[in-house]
Amino acid sequence: MKSLEELKALREQMQSKMNVRKDDNETIRVVVGMATCGIAAGARPVLNAFMEEVNKRGLKNVQVTQTGCIGVCRLEPIVEVFVPGQEKVTYVKMNAEKVPAIVAQHIVNKQVVTDYTIGAAE
Amino acid sequence: MKELSLNILDIAKNSVTAGATLVEITVTETPARLTITVSDNGCGMTPEFVARVTDPFTTTRTTRKVGLGIPLLQMEAQMAGGDLSIESEVGKGTTTSAWFDPGHIDMPPLGDLNSSILTLIQGSPDIDFLFTHSIGERSYTLDTREIREIMGDISLAEPEILAWLGDYISENESSITNPT
Ligand SMILES: Nc1ncnc2c1ncn2[C@@H]1O[C@H](COP(=O)(O)OP(=O)(O)OP(=O)(O)O)[C@@H](O)[C@H]1O
Ligand code: FES
Ligand SMILES: [Mg+2]
Repeated sequence: MKSLEELKALREQMQSKMNVRKDDNETIRVVVGMATCGIAAGARPVLNAFMEEVNKRGLKNVQVTQTGCIGVCRLEPIVEVFVPGQEKVTYVKMNAEKVPAIVAQHIVNKQVVTDYTIGAAE
Repeated sequence: MKELSLNILDIAKNSVTAGATLVEITVTETPARLTITVSDNGCGMTPEFVARVTDPFTTTRTTRKVGLGIPLLQMEAQMAGGDLSIESEVGKGTTTSAWFDPGHIDMPPLGDLNSSILTLIQGSPDIDFLFTHSIGERSYTLDTREIREIMGDISLAEPEILAWLGDYISENESSITNPT
């Protein structure tokens, strides 16, 4: 059984590498809409998939966060991606399967995945 | 909602929005009743407002006129032989409870509680969550205050910590669902 003792070891381990984070003006933000209608439409697995993918690739300059209502119920789950110096991109009708492509193409290679954007859905 | 764990996530987010610093989530299962309780020390509501939140034409939010979360959970509970109640006091906090008859044909599955708890911690790493799940006599608790005390100023949203918490929850979940 896991014990809280293990956390102490984890803390030591983490403290030694805490300072490798990049500064804020380079941070790419991924924001997942998590109001009731987003959650009902499947936002939770989308959020998890982003965290998993960012983690797996060791992307230290990406921050995955949650917000409330983004405002277009019928297009939920909705995800907004903010790359510093570029316009916000809104991805709609998201699911976990679409996440690896967005991470690989947009977040890593800075190429918007146009097919999944709000523009393509409208 | 597909599973009750999603309603739990949604209702607990109301507590976060209400400015709570501690949110207690309790899931209690007996053969006759499954009860979900979300209790917070947030801003609370007036009695008049509480009376209206189960009416789907009430919400304080400006972007859309209809609050969905509470009426949805209430409807699901009523369809499965239960109901929902809210106790609240302005400046003190709110307790929202929903109960179900687990044997009812319309009983929704509880689903992935682990994922909902991790999502809450990831979304609000500075708020404390006290999560208790009991099945009959067996139960376990996750108290982020204990975790925070050990981790100091390291954010609970760090992937390493979330991974550890996920393992902790799944070990405890299996120990209460399949006791050896
Ligand atoms: N724990 C709480 N503390 C204080 N106020 C609350 C709490 N829970 C609900 N409320 C109030 O009740 C309203 C209705 O809640 P409900 O969850 O039904 O809808 P919502 O949160 O406004 O929107 P949605 O859930 O559809 O995203 C909220 O806007 C809020 O004003
Ligand atoms: S309530 Fe549906 S997008 Fe906000
Ligand atoms: Mg709500």
